[in-house]
Amino acid sequence: MKTSLLTFTAGIALAAATAQAEEVRVYNWSDYIDESLLEKFEQETGIDLIYDVFDSNEVLETKMLAGGSGYDVVVPTGTFLQRQIEAGSFQKLDKSKLPNLENMWDVISSRTDKYDPGNEYAINYMWGTTGIGVNVPKIQEILGEDAPIDSWDLVFKPENMEKLAACGVYFLDAPSEMIPAALKYIGEDPDSHDPDVIAKAEPVYMAIRPYISKFHSSEYINALANGDICVAVGWSGDILQARDRAAEAENGVEVAYNAPKEGAQMWFDEMAIPVDAPNPDGAHVFLNFIMDPENMAAASNYVYYANGNKASQAFLADDVIGDPAIYPSEEALENLFTTTPYEPKVQRVVTRLWTKIKSGS
Amino acid sequence: MRRFVLIAIPYLWLLALFLVPFLIVLKISLSDIALSRPPYAPQLDLAAGWEGLKSFFSELDFENFTFLTTDDLYWKAYLSSLKIAAISTALTLCVGYPVAYAMARAPEEWRPTLLMLVILPFWTSFLIRVYSWMGILSNEGVLNQVLLWLGIIDTPLQIMNTTTAVYIGVVYTYLPFMILPIYSALEKLDGSLLEAAEDLGCSRLEAFWLVTWPLSRNGIIAGCFLVFIPTLGEFVIPSLLGGSDTLMIGKVLWEEFFSNRDWPVASAVAVVLLLILIIPIILFQRNEQKQREAEG
Repeated sequence: MKTSLLTFTAGIALAAATAQAEEVRVYNWSDYIDESLLEKFEQETGIDLIYDVFDSNEVLETKMLAGGSGYDVVVPTGTFLQRQIEAGSFQKLDKSKLPNLENMWDVISSRTDKYDPGNEYAINYMWGTTGIGVNVPKIQEILGEDAPIDSWDLVFKPENMEKLAACGVYFLDAPSEMIPAALKYIGEDPDSHDPDVIAKAEPVYMAIRPYISKFHSSEYINALANGDICVAVGWSGDILQARDRAAEAENGVEVAYNAPKEGAQMWFDEMAIPVDAPNPDGAHVFLNFIMDPENMAAASNYVYYANGNKASQAFLADDVIGDPAIYPSEEALENLFTTTPYEPKVQRVVTRLWTKIKSGS
Repeated sequence: MRRFVLIAIPYLWLLALFLVPFLIVLKISLSDIALSRPPYAPQLDLAAGWEGLKSFFSELDFENFTFLTTDDLYWKAYLSSLKIAAISTALTLCVGYPVAYAMARAPEEWRPTLLMLVILPFWTSFLIRVYSWMGILSNEGVLNQVLLWLGIIDTPLQIMNTTTAVYIGVVYTYLPFMILPIYSALEKLDGSLLEAAEDLGCSRLEAFWLVTWPLSRNGIIAGCFLVFIPTLGEFVIPSLLGGSDTLMIGKVLWEEFFSNRDWPVASAVAVVLLLILIIPIILFQRNEQKQREAEG
């Protein structure tokens, strides 16, 4: 009772200070922020923060296309951002309210320009690669010391997969990333929108399909960390989080991440403001808060993803800025590819192919 | 007047919660996909008046329904959902009937407690209960650990991410919906009928088959509907417990809606699903009514 009375009085004081209790609703990916930042934001700005999470671009996109999501800040990936901008889902940023924009890193903003010309609608939050996470001791036990953990061979060669199957292999349930990966592996253009080229991914997956335990886009963090599975094709930072959890648990699991040497996809998660956001001013305050170098560094240090903020690099932990799996070298960056959104007809081909692959028939 | 109001209430309910949503879905299923918010066209523009209405109706077509016939994915998914729903209903009946029977035969003072025990799981979130099944069935899960420890198996059983896990999840989740109507039918059963049957020379098994079973038939039918219908469109259980090869229409719907962003085709799939459900139910009820009339 005493506490509730206290909160109540504090609430009144706060309401008096800001004229009205303001709130910002943020919809971000799961396991994607240092949660102490959320409290820090509330304390610094006096704005109530309502923070929800999702684990697939598709779920976010459907909310954006339906409209009236009620969110002020959302975090789509570049290709999805581009399509949603075209559909009229976002409002242009008011750059005068974002002084911290000067901290952003041109290496990244020149790349996100492809999805959001002039970076008019979104700021980069994190970026990363889609690659392979493995439980090293198990893999070496099964495939020997020289197991190709830095190559797509590990998961796309049926001989390897046959041996790994019993131990558990997860793939992302994200066709717009998994199809390009297979195309890159067989030497085709990963960003092809030609249905005939896309169809070439089918035999690659069908050959290994019996050995894949599950297609899922978030469960692999825990499964890999617990030792439930040996291999996960997933997002860089997620796998590095699994590495950390396994190390903390001291359960004999040792996770390593590699962006395959044949070429891996590079993606960018962007923060944008829906066109019907209830509180666009508060959304700008949140974006500016996130672009503060120390805050951005805290987020990266926690989730092991690289960010698009140059100034934050001074505050990054050594095992983040110094890890080539997170911040690849200049040459390694050359080896990464990006993709563009599929047109509706092509998207249907891709989804249908993916359904076929997943159902194995 | 009062009677009219009383009848109007269920009809208003049906109108607001079934017919109106159905018409909205039907409208979307006749539209075309578009890159806009919301992602389909034509939109009904009431401000344009009669002209707007006319152009709206002229642009509707059945293209999405013909599209469903061009790809065998949809038929396979419908059939596989029907199969999973039918098997689950049969399994739930096999498990639920004896439970309901035992409850109805238990001493009267126990019954409220037993009933409570059946309802109790509803107090925990459905999602949490499905997640606990993941903990039980996974390779490192409780079930495999116990079986390994007992030495019954050498390698963990792969139950998680298979259709078996879906059956377990469905039977577990919908069991109360089977037990409750059967229990309520059995509880009302007049015990003297059974005595009479035995007096007239029936064995206990015959008495069960000739008296108890037919008299609990309404409960069985209600229970089967309550299990079959939601299972047919089930999405959560197969996506959490099932493997990628568990093909169900709920999942296909999700993919049309979310991955393809094709609301019109998704709506067409939903309309067909509804027809698949409704037509047999109407036929069944007609048949029942005819039977009743013939008996009466």
